[in-house]
Amino acid sequence: MTPDEIVAELRDGMTIGIGGWGSRRKPMALVRAILRSPLRNLTVVSYAGPDVGLLVASGQATRVVTGFASLDSIALEPHFRRARQAGTIELTELDEGMLHWGLLAAAHRLPFLPIRAGLGSGVLEVNPELRTVRSPYPDPYGLGEELVAMPALRLDAALVHMNRADAGGNGQYLGPDPYFDDLFCLAAGRAYVSCERVVAALDGPPQTLLLNRGMVHGVTQTPNGAHFTSCVPDYGRDEAFQARYAAAAADPAAWEEFRARYLDGDEAAYQEAIG
Amino acid sequence: MSEPTRAEVCVVACAEAWRGDGAILASPMGLIPSLGARLARLTFAPDLLLTDGEAYLVDAAGGIEGWLPYAKVFTMLAAGRRHVMMGAAQIDRHGNQNISAIGDWKRPKAQLLGVRGAPGNTVNHPVSYWIPRHSPRVFAGHVDMVCGVGYDRGVRELRVVVTDLAVLDFGTPERVMRLRSVHPGVEVADVLAATGFPLAVPDQVPVTRLPTGEELGLIRTRLDPAGARERELG
Repeated sequence: MTPDEIVAELRDGMTIGIGGWGSRRKPMALVRAILRSPLRNLTVVSYAGPDVGLLVASGQATRVVTGFASLDSIALEPHFRRARQAGTIELTELDEGMLHWGLLAAAHRLPFLPIRAGLGSGVLEVNPELRTVRSPYPDPYGLGEELVAMPALRLDAALVHMNRADAGGNGQYLGPDPYFDDLFCLAAGRAYVSCERVVAALDGPPQTLLLNRGMVHGVTQTPNGAHFTSCVPDYGRDEAFQARYAAAAADPAAWEEFRARYLDGDEAAYQEAIG
Repeated sequence: MSEPTRAEVCVVACAEAWRGDGAILASPMGLIPSLGARLARLTFAPDLLLTDGEAYLVDAAGGIEGWLPYAKVFTMLAAGRRHVMMGAAQIDRHGNQNISAIGDWKRPKAQLLGVRGAPGNTVNHPVSYWIPRHSPRVFAGHVDMVCGVGYDRGVRELRVVVTDLAVLDFGTPERVMRLRSVHPGVEVADVLAATGFPLAVPDQVPVTRLPTGEELGLIRTRLDPAGARERELG
């Protein structure tokens, strides 16, 4: 498939999970394809980085489900920050572990999973739909511990980026952290993988074979497709470009120029523009 | 060797937070807490586990000794085998902390980091805080969004709050914030003036201990030879 063919399978109003973490191994070529599409009214579930920033800046993401939005080496995602302060996006703010648990519950087809994270915090106040449950088993105090019932975060679609994949949808990460990409895929009705290179046969340590074709519905080869986020060992984060992105995001006129120069064309034009 | 600087006193005060923790994961946020955690491991807390900030556990020489991707950090965290030192944009007298947003959460005056892992950290394992600029704006009577929970909201254990002026803890019967020690050259009145709520103050307030010669040598020659620590203070 091509990135545009994958995006053509998405619909307005969908809840879309995006893998990676912060500014690390994000399926940016697929995000850029969404930017070129008429998709709108999306809910994005993510350990958020520039994926969320770009979809917020384009106005296509109207709700974000996350525990943070960061570029890692730059602490705050500038578009997310601006949109929050302008009141133009809805936020479901969750503890990082609650987000993990919500994906795990969805992947296991459970309605919820109990977790301590969130108890006593503002997370339960800004998300009044969240409920707690009492353990049915005795604890040392005989009370039945109260826990947050983290609801399943079911996704209509998941987008993740791998270092390698085969044409059937088996996917391999070669960096130090799988993040939660396998859970994003299993929590989703449809899962799409972009990768640095589609290979005839995957090799390497078995633990690196994170995704199997039973959890993947489409594959596309997008070399440098995580740019400007990191995709080690193929490449690190493009810090200079990320700094330019953040600087442009701080100023509407500069952002128009950035968008026209890098984002209005197709993926080939993007890769050529970043030189 | 020249006299210890304020930043070096703070590094040692942060290191002291992890004394006696054993083989648990130390997760420092910020440079001075990072130097403190590494100093603790090199001296009085050799069993501490430290990461490279990505997915590896690294030994004192920087070599890889284990694998700890985010999913496994979450499990260590939930198991209670971690002690994190976080920052705070606001913290109140019960130890409730905010790193999410300032002002009305629905449309904040300033969007900050988000809650991150603070809610889970504070109900699962020991937590300390590092505040590089002790001010009434940070030590606030009201926390706009409770991220890390305090003693009135079910925190498991708040160990210490280290600032550029003092070390604070919650060693009072009501579990409210107390002045434990002032850094050399700081008066108790300075701390009270920089704190936006009533602070518990014991009759005798000790001075934060000075770095030993060995500690100063490690900080200056091994851990931070470029002296970046001096730029992290308010």
